[in-house]
Amino acid sequence: MTDHKPTCSPLPPHLRQLESESIGIIREVAAEFRNPVMLYSIGKDSGVMLHLALKAFYPAKPPFPLLHIDTRWKFRAMIEHRDRIAERYGVRLLVHTNPDGLARGINPISSGSQLHTQVMKTEALKQALDQWQFDAAFGGARRDEEKSRAKERIFSFRSAGHVWDPRNQRPELWNLYNTRINQGETIRVFPLSNWTELDIWQYTRAEDIPVVPLYFAAARPVLERDGQLIMRDDERMPLKPGEREQVRMVRFRSLGCYPLSAAIESRAETLDDIIAEMLATRTSERSGRLIDSDEAASMEKKKRDGYF
Amino acid sequence: MTAISDTGAAERNGLLRFLTCGSVDDGKSTLIGRLLYDTQLVLEDQLAALERDSRKHGTTGEDLDLALLVDGLQAEREQGITIDVAYRFFATPRRSFIVADTPGHEQYTRNMATGASNSQAAVILVDARKGVLTQTRRHSYICALLGIKHVVLAVNKIDLVEFSGERFHQIVADYLGFAAPLKFSSVASIPLSARFGDNVIRRSEHMGWYDGPTLIEQLESLEAGEELQGKPLRFPVQWVNRPNLDFRGFAGTVASGVVRPGDRVVVAASGRESAVQRIVTADGDLPEARAGDAVTLTLRDEVDVARGDVLAHADARPEVVDQFAAEVLWMIEEPMLPGRSYLMRIGTRYVPARVTSLKHKTDVNTLEHIAAKTLGLNEIGLCNLSTASPVVLDPYTENRATGAFVLIDRFTNATAGAGMIRFGLRRATNIHRQALLIDKAARTRLNGHRPAVLWFTGLSGSGKSTVANIVERELHALGVHTYMLDGDNVRHGLNRDLGFTDADRVENIRRVGEVARLFVDSGAIVLCSFISPFRAERRMVRELLEAGEFIEVFLDTPLDECKRRDPKGLYARALEGKIKNFTGIDSPYEPPEHAEVVLTPSPLGPQEEAQRVLEALRERQIIA
Repeated sequence: MTDHKPTCSPLPPHLRQLESESIGIIREVAAEFRNPVMLYSIGKDSGVMLHLALKAFYPAKPPFPLLHIDTRWKFRAMIEHRDRIAERYGVRLLVHTNPDGLARGINPISSGSQLHTQVMKTEALKQALDQWQFDAAFGGARRDEEKSRAKERIFSFRSAGHVWDPRNQRPELWNLYNTRINQGETIRVFPLSNWTELDIWQYTRAEDIPVVPLYFAAARPVLERDGQLIMRDDERMPLKPGEREQVRMVRFRSLGCYPLSAAIESRAETLDDIIAEMLATRTSERSGRLIDSDEAASMEKKKRDGYF
Repeated sequence: MTAISDTGAAERNGLLRFLTCGSVDDGKSTLIGRLLYDTQLVLEDQLAALERDSRKHGTTGEDLDLALLVDGLQAEREQGITIDVAYRFFATPRRSFIVADTPGHEQYTRNMATGASNSQAAVILVDARKGVLTQTRRHSYICALLGIKHVVLAVNKIDLVEFSGERFHQIVADYLGFAAPLKFSSVASIPLSARFGDNVIRRSEHMGWYDGPTLIEQLESLEAGEELQGKPLRFPVQWVNRPNLDFRGFAGTVASGVVRPGDRVVVAASGRESAVQRIVTADGDLPEARAGDAVTLTLRDEVDVARGDVLAHADARPEVVDQFAAEVLWMIEEPMLPGRSYLMRIGTRYVPARVTSLKHKTDVNTLEHIAAKTLGLNEIGLCNLSTASPVVLDPYTENRATGAFVLIDRFTNATAGAGMIRFGLRRATNIHRQALLIDKAARTRLNGHRPAVLWFTGLSGSGKSTVANIVERELHALGVHTYMLDGDNVRHGLNRDLGFTDADRVENIRRVGEVARLFVDSGAIVLCSFISPFRAERRMVRELLEAGEFIEVFLDTPLDECKRRDPKGLYARALEGKIKNFTGIDSPYEPPEHAEVVLTPSPLGPQEEAQRVLEALRERQIIA
């Protein structure tokens, strides 16, 4: 990241264009909002977003904290990465877990992915935004991830109560973002809107951005459940009758709660390998996310409820 | 073909943003679906979803309905139409692309303009069976208005006219005849079939008569990115970066031109000069920064620079004006009213602005100019605007980055209008106010009281004039200089040319506000008694005055009570339909949210209410 020596080879022009656009968006938020926050989900997109924030305000530090919504079911390697990054870059890291959900014992295994996501991610996020009175929150979502996200604004307006109304979005012309809000209203900001998954990996490689090791293939114990490869990261996930763990060469394209994040079989051990694999692959990144297939148009529904 | 190379498509030609426009059935979504499908960006699980959706919602029988790939949101999937702007991404070995997919019908002019505002090129679809339609003209006009220079005329569904070259050439001739005045830099016409893929990525085997480029070849080779780099330097300051006392940097994105260390630059609005010292980035200092680069500049001298300022080369400065002409596209239901104050965002700056006159609106189908008093949703008009303080700008046709603005509704914060500046009307820097020897402060000392506006607002019959008259009588008895501006009286003279439409009501209040300001400047307490139904106009008058000078008195008399009083018999006539646009009957009243004085009908009568107004003046030490 930015404490590295300047990168030797210049960025390809399209990455440079994307980088500049994103830096402009990040600065805009810092300039116009009273109390912004950057959602940090520890994944590769968050890594790029944080890197861009560090660049945007260089030589100063970003004038806002990071916020991680911890469901308590993230991979252990993710939490280690999170704490290492916060320390390394000297950024303020806030962590929030939904205390009601904890008290109710909500978990992705017996509560089901839908309820778990609703309570431990969506509700938890709303709690955190309210608790710290944030008026703008950066998210790392990209328009190429999913159909309903293709229509999301870069500055996405939420009425009081964090409600997203896809039929009543502010038109966004040029780079003249409308940052005006009334008391209680908030804005979600997506600086990576125009990046694709391939852009993210190429940029990560070009800029030498650290990522969670789970993105790289390694021999890991996994079990097969509903046609997906799941890695038991701890003892909280019991084996069903007939299930058994076996060691396979796997990696993750997308990281979340470990019981909900499927691994893919892969031999990609470096960023070069990952990019090569991506160019050959024929499966989209969110297909490893078990939460999206809950129901038709599920992402749009979750977004209306306040999910990122 | 392989979709993309390892290092990314874009080393050669960077990123191209284009929009697709066409009518409902021209096949826009199908064309984009085809581009994604043929560049292999449709993945296995998406394909499975597509097969499922095609059976459920599709319109192509047993075939894949590629349009479903791009019609995103749930609601519109069910209606079978595209309702917003959707962004799509694909890449070839030569270039990366961002596609803005925008809907075609008239009511969505706003969305098309949104997509066009960030696009360098447009693909305009025409159904080969139907040829150039009214919509085609509308789309081309909007593209031209938004400054798109490169057009691809995609004559789609060519398979349905037996791949006829004759039909194609006829359509192209029609189009070129129409588009000539729009002054596009390039128009490429391509016969294609989005459904079957002919001439999209794959060269058609059915059109031996066509030897031009395929759609993708045309898009890959367009030279559209460099335009802003050749323009004069404009650097809108976005953020002042001050980590410690030794560093003061101005962060922003170069809007146009090129900047290098050592360049002489000016702060456009103030004219203060300095030179660029460093171009700072996290990757080290740069020898130059070009349009589109996000950097941080430091200057050699300590000059006053803040967010909203624009840096330019000393020998190629932008205009600094407070009045200009612009094309305005209106984007919300509530009409644009000349005279009303909106918040204008231009560059990195917000400034209050008013439309001073609407010269005409343009029929987007015929391009005819039509006289009009207001602009409705999706209407486009040529306006004169005036800003509360001078702004830095260039004509939009010369510089898209500094010639564009948006207008924001000051109450709802909705993005209400988009503007493209034609030209500045006069240089603000040339207008010098006459310096006066006797000023308001001097008059206040002589008078022994401070000036103010007492603004009485409320429904007809709420008692505004009655209370105002008593207040004026009492003030007069106290030796206070007063003047009364009454709604009915003003309409007999100063505003006799105005009616009761929303637009005329706004202008009525604007003029009264200006007159009241003159009287305040003379040191008087001005009593204004006007229904003044809109918050925006009351706020406009408030903003004309200094803080504390505007005292809003809201006569909160219920409508039923006003109807019962009906001192002039107006409610009776309005209820019979003999008066149109009557406030409270068929025209709205927006009650104040933070009036200084709220008067509900007192059992002791208007005398008591007048006393409360006088108390308010004493509390504020306007009178002793």
